[in-house]
Amino acid sequence: MVSAVGNRPVLSPEEVSILILSLKVSVVGVLVATPFCLGCAWVLARGGRAGLAGLGLIVLDAVVHLPLVLPPVVTGWLLLLAFGAQGPVGRWLAAWGIGVMFRWTGAALAAGVMAVPLMVRSMRLSLEAVDPRLEQAARTLGAGPWRSFATVTLPLAMPGVLAGLVLGFARSLGEFGATITFVSNIPGETQTLPLAIYSALQLPDGDTVVTRLAVLAVALSLGALVVAEVLARRMALAGGMRRERFGGL
Amino acid sequence: MGFDLDLTLRRGERTMALKLNTGPGITALVGASGVGKTSVLMMVAGLLKPDAGRIAVEGQVLCDTAQGLHLPPERRACGMVFQDHRLFPHLSVQANLRYGIRRGHAGMGLHEMAAFLGIAALLKRMPRSLSGGEAQRVALGRALLSAPRFLLLDEPLSALDEARSGQIMMLIEKIRDELALPILYVSHDRAEVARLADQVVEMGP
Repeated sequence: MVSAVGNRPVLSPEEVSILILSLKVSVVGVLVATPFCLGCAWVLARGGRAGLAGLGLIVLDAVVHLPLVLPPVVTGWLLLLAFGAQGPVGRWLAAWGIGVMFRWTGAALAAGVMAVPLMVRSMRLSLEAVDPRLEQAARTLGAGPWRSFATVTLPLAMPGVLAGLVLGFARSLGEFGATITFVSNIPGETQTLPLAIYSALQLPDGDTVVTRLAVLAVALSLGALVVAEVLARRMALAGGMRRERFGGL
Repeated sequence: MGFDLDLTLRRGERTMALKLNTGPGITALVGASGVGKTSVLMMVAGLLKPDAGRIAVEGQVLCDTAQGLHLPPERRACGMVFQDHRLFPHLSVQANLRYGIRRGHAGMGLHEMAAFLGIAALLKRMPRSLSGGEAQRVALGRALLSAPRFLLLDEPLSALDEARSGQIMMLIEKIRDELALPILYVSHDRAEVARLADQVVEMGP
């Protein structure tokens, strides 16, 4: 990321460390959220077939979408309640020696939670596009539900699942409200790109820093969206092929 | 000792009931379309749950609603060949064939099976590049390689021209004679049934 224009590097060392922290927080957040999102997406896509009640699916769908519509400060406060020193999950994690309060791990958790709606949406659509008759064929060939998912459903849905990961990554890069509520704004620990921009805005001479960080944020987000769109198109292409192959059956 | 079925399936207002007890060899299920022939195969394969009834093949009970028994498809060791073949589009012919191979199974190997079905030259191809007849033979090979205890064939010849369907009919006779598997065969073609079937079961509405 550091390249030279004349003799001055494009990004200062502080900016590089903010960028690296932001990428670390987003990547870890998305990876931690992935199994949960994949599970939810599968239940929402196939739960009806598996005999789950419609009302349960509607409630799950609503809960998964909550971070999209809740004020982020509320999400951050709820995380504080659950993962704080006195929170039920926080105490349990502390027993394992894992602390999230005021740590970059907490920022990753907040970023992951905020990415859930977008990730589940994209994964669900791609899982729904996989022909369940192929899963049936796998079952008659001796594959249990897990093997059938891992060897047939997941590979066929992979472009959409990856698009979900990239979208979630882009979303968590921009995460602000829940993070600052949950783990505060500590340079070098929880101060990701948006929080650094917010801090620079408070400084009387912060304009150039704000501009530079903002350009960086736009570039990262655009890049992630382009990658996600390319993957989504590949998914649409693959889906079209399958429909053609099976004709009207 | 072939298929011993006693099935009731309700679909809205309609009820389909079927009772049959077959000997070895090929049993053909015939009847108008929509009468539930494919549903019978799906129930024997474990992909569809009958509302009431009992399914036993070669003396082994696979499903008995009175006892709450319903083996999942992967534990029934059935070789099902679907009408639309359902090859995995992301896997090569070879990987499709290998999908159901069971460890420690002593039957025909992959290459022997490919030769038996005349698909040895197709192993590296992807399913979408196959003709209907080729895809159907790969589907048959994939089912046979999973070491099935019985075969379920859902109109395996319907998508094929006369020359091709003649070839596959010879294969099915070969499978019946050399592998001695009981076969439940759904068809609407009288000539096909007359040639292949040892027993014919007529399904009415």
